[in-house]
Amino acid sequence: MQKNLLVKTLLIIAVLLIFLFGIFGIPSGFSGDALKQAVLNHIHLGLDLKGGTHLILQVMVNEAVAADSDHAVETLKDQLAKSNITGATVTKPDPDNHPEQIVVQNLPQDPAVSSRVQEIVKDNLPDYDPTRGPNNSWIVTMKPSAVSDLKSRTVDKSIEAIRRRVDALGVSEPVIQKNGMGNDEILVQLPGVDDPGRVKDIIQSTARLELREARGGPYSNEQAARAAQPGGMLPSNMVLLHGRAEGTNGGGDAVYLVSRVPVVSGTDIRDARAGTKGDTNQPIVNFYLTASAGKKFADFTELHKEGGTDPSRLAIVLDNRVISAPSIKDQISDSGIIEGGFTEQSASDLAKLLQSGALPASLRYLTERTVGPSLGADSIRSGVKAAIWGMVAVMVFMLIYYRAAGINADVALIFNLIILLGFLGWMNMFGMSAVLTLPGIAGVILTVGMGVDSNVLIFERIREELRNGKAPAAAVDQGFSRAWTTILDTHVTTIVSALILIFVGSGPVSGFGLTLAFGLLANLFTAVFVSRVIFDTVLSRKERGAALSI
Amino acid sequence: MEFFRNTNIDFLGKKWYFLAFSLIFSVAGILSMLFWHGIPLGVDFRGGTLVYVKFVDTPNDKAIRAALDKAGLRNARIQHAAGVTQNEVVIALDEKDTNEADLSRGKNQIIAALETNPQPGKQNINNSDLIGVAAVRDALATRDPLHKAPADYEPIARQILAYRDNQENGGAIRDLNELKSIVGGPVVDALSQDFYAGSFGVRHTDIVGPQVGDQLKRTAWIAVLCSLAGMLVYLWFRFELIYGVAAVVAVFHDTLITVGAFSLTNQEITLTVIAAILTLVGYSMNDTIVVFDRIRENIKLMRRESLSEIVNRSINQTLSRTILTSGLTFLTVLSLFLFGGEVLHGFSFALVIGILIGTYSSIAVAAPMLVAYQEWRTGRKGAVVAVPAQSKGKVRAKA
Repeated sequence: MQKNLLVKTLLIIAVLLIFLFGIFGIPSGFSGDALKQAVLNHIHLGLDLKGGTHLILQVMVNEAVAADSDHAVETLKDQLAKSNITGATVTKPDPDNHPEQIVVQNLPQDPAVSSRVQEIVKDNLPDYDPTRGPNNSWIVTMKPSAVSDLKSRTVDKSIEAIRRRVDALGVSEPVIQKNGMGNDEILVQLPGVDDPGRVKDIIQSTARLELREARGGPYSNEQAARAAQPGGMLPSNMVLLHGRAEGTNGGGDAVYLVSRVPVVSGTDIRDARAGTKGDTNQPIVNFYLTASAGKKFADFTELHKEGGTDPSRLAIVLDNRVISAPSIKDQISDSGIIEGGFTEQSASDLAKLLQSGALPASLRYLTERTVGPSLGADSIRSGVKAAIWGMVAVMVFMLIYYRAAGINADVALIFNLIILLGFLGWMNMFGMSAVLTLPGIAGVILTVGMGVDSNVLIFERIREELRNGKAPAAAVDQGFSRAWTTILDTHVTTIVSALILIFVGSGPVSGFGLTLAFGLLANLFTAVFVSRVIFDTVLSRKERGAALSI
Repeated sequence: MEFFRNTNIDFLGKKWYFLAFSLIFSVAGILSMLFWHGIPLGVDFRGGTLVYVKFVDTPNDKAIRAALDKAGLRNARIQHAAGVTQNEVVIALDEKDTNEADLSRGKNQIIAALETNPQPGKQNINNSDLIGVAAVRDALATRDPLHKAPADYEPIARQILAYRDNQENGGAIRDLNELKSIVGGPVVDALSQDFYAGSFGVRHTDIVGPQVGDQLKRTAWIAVLCSLAGMLVYLWFRFELIYGVAAVVAVFHDTLITVGAFSLTNQEITLTVIAAILTLVGYSMNDTIVVFDRIRENIKLMRRESLSEIVNRSINQTLSRTILTSGLTFLTVLSLFLFGGEVLHGFSFALVIGILIGTYSSIAVAAPMLVAYQEWRTGRKGAVVAVPAQSKGKVRAKA
C-alpha cells in the first residue's frame, strides 16, 4: 500500500513536471518578466488578445474554370480548322453560371464530322466529355471531377500566393488556411499587423498580369467600341476591356478591343522589379518571362510587330484592366516593361505582387474583423482578472465548506490548471495551433467551476458514507468509487458539447471548446486520481479510525 | 460546514407552481421573440458592419448623428454597448448597407465621417485601422529629426503606439505633445507634420458579408441540434429512452428561456453566445444526471414506494450537491460576468441565466416529467412501476 502510494505520487509529480515544462519551457530566469516571457513563448495568444486582423476570403473559383474553358474553346476552333470542318461555331452558352459548358453548333450533316469532333475532344481535351446535343450539335462539358480538382487547385494556389505576399510584408505568425466547410474560402489571420492600411489591399490584389493582343481602341465607351466594328459585332475571339485612357494618370476611362485568350498569363512571369524609365525617370515595372512563355511571346511579337505580317498592338492587362496598349516596335522574347502612371510605392507594390505570383482567380472579402491593440490588451486584463476572482472565490469556498478536504480540492484544482495550460504549450510545441483566445480564458475559468464539481460530488458522497457510520478509509473508498460513474457521465455530456464547438466553430469559439474539453479531461485525472492519492496519503498517516476533516 | 442536511421538501407536490413558473418565462420569451424584439442576432449571423470607436472625451450622440448624416450614412445606428465606458460607441451599419463586393467601404465611410475636424495632409494617428508601426516609422524616417538610420525609428514608432494603446489612453491620444516626455520634442515636432491626434480611436471593427452570416446561422442550428441529439442518445444508452427525453426537454427548456432572456433584454446573440448555449446544453445535463443516477439507485432500494416518492427522495438526497456544484460554477461565471470585459458580456450573460435555469430545471422539469410519464402510462395500461433496465450501461455504483 505504502509503496503503491509512492509510485502514484511519483507519477503525479512526473505529469506535473511535464506540463510545467509545457507552460514555461526552461525559463531564462525566475523574475516576473522572465517568467512572463517564458509563458508567452509557449502559450500563444489568439488574435482577439494580441490584436490583429481576421479575414475570410472567397476565391472566385468559377473564374479559373472559365479561363480553362476559354482555352478549350480556342483549342476546339484550332482543331476543327485543322480538320477542315468549316462553318462550325464554338461558344459557351452560359458563361456566368456554367463556365464549364461549351457548345459546338452548325456542324455539317455528316456522321464522319460528328465522330471527328468526338475524337478531337478525346485527343486534345482529356478533362472534357462530349455529349450529343440537339440539331447535330455537341455539348462539351468539363468533367465534374476535373472541375472540382481545378477548383481545389485554384484555392491551394491562392493560399500559396497569399502566403508569399504576407511573408513579403513581414507579418509574423500568420495563419493562412482553407476555411470551414466551404471549399472555396480561405481564412487569413494576421496578428499584430504593423501596416494595417496596406496589408488588405496587397492580399486582395489579384495581380493577374496578362499580355493580350489589342485590335482596337482606345474607344471612349463600349458603345463606340461596338460601333467601330464591322457590322457592329465583336469578333468572337475578342472582348472589350476597360482601361486607362492614354496620357492620363488613372483618371480617364477607355475601352479596348483585346483578344479573349491571353498570349502570356500571370503564371508565365518569372520575376519582376520596380525601376525607373531611363529618359523620364518615371517609375516602371520590369518583368521577365519563363523560357516557354518567352518563346511563345517571341513568335507573337514577330507576327504582330510594326511592319510584320499582321501588325497590331500589345495590351498589358492587370486584373482585367488595360494598363497600356503600346505598339510592338520589334520582336520581344522574354522581358518587358509596364509603364503607366505609377508612383514609386505602387510600382514597388506591383513588382512584389508579380514576384509572389498572380492569384489564379480574384478574391472577395466575406468577413473582415480587426481587433485594435488597445482592446486586445484590455481583454487580457479583464480575462485574467475574472479568472483570478473566479478561482479565489471557488477556492475559498471549498476551504470553508470542506476544511482540510478543501485543501485537497484546491490542490487538485491547481494541478488541473497546470495540466490544461501545459497542454496548450505542448500543442504549440508540436506545431498544432492551440491559441489561447478570450473565450479560451473563459473556458479555463469554467473548467475551474466545473472541475470542482467533481470534488463536490465525491466529498458529498464521502460525508454521506460517514454519516451512515462507515470508517474514514471505507468512506473515502466508497465515495470515490460511487461518484465515479456520475462524474464520468457529467464529463461526457459537457465534453461532447465542447467537441462540437471545436469542430463547428472557428477561431475564438473553437479555442473555447478546446480549453473546456481538455480542462475537463484533465479534471478526470486531478479530481479523481490526484485527489484520491492525497486522501490516501493523509489517511495513511492518521491512526486507524481517527476522524477525517471533511 | 453544511447547507442542506436531511431536507425533505415535497418537490413534486409543487409541480404546478413549477409548471407555471416555466410557462411564464418560456411564453414571455417566445412572445418577445415573435412580437417584440425578435431574436436579436449579432453581426456574425446577420451580416453588417460594426465600428467600435473610443472618443477622447465623452461624445455627444447628437453630434455623432449629425456627422453621420452629413456623410450620407442615414442608416447607421449609434449603439452604446453593454459593459463599456461612456466614451465608447459602436456605429453599426445593416447588412443591406454592407456591400460584399467592397466590404470595407462602410467602415471607411464611418471613420471618415467621424473625423469632424480633419487636418488636410495629415492622418489621424488614433485611427488604428490604418496607422500602425510602419506608417509612423516611415513618416519619421522621411523627416529624420534625429539624423539616424531609418531602422532606428522603428523602436521609437513602437513606443509612440504603445503609448496610444496603453490602458489609460485605450487607443486614443488626446494631444501629441503628451508624447514629448517619452520620445522627446524633436520627434514629436516631426510627427505632428504628418499626424494629428483625432478625437477618437478605432478599437475594433467587425464586417461580415451576408453570405457568411447565413452559413453561420445554419451551422449554429446544426450544432445546437446535434448536441441535443447527442445528449439524448447518450442518456438513452446510459439510462432509458424516457430519461433521455426528459433530460433533453429540460435542456431545451433552458435554451429556450436563455434565448428568451436575450430577446427580452434585446441583447444580441453572437457566435460566442451560441458557444455559451452549447456549453449549457452539456452542463445542464450534469445536475439532471446526478438526480437520475440517484433515482435509478433508489428504485432498486425502495421497491414498495411509488415512483413519485422515490423521485422526491432522490431530489432531496442530491439537493446539497446539485446546489453546491451549480453554485460553484455560478461563482466562476459571475466573476466572468462582472470582470470579463465587454467582449465576453453576452457570453457570460448567457451562462449566468443558463446555469440558474439549468439547475432549476433538473429539479423542476426533468424529474417531474419522469413521474408524469409514469402516471400517464399507469393510467393507460394499469402497469406497475417500471424499473429501468438494469442491464444497460453496466452500472456499478451511483452517486
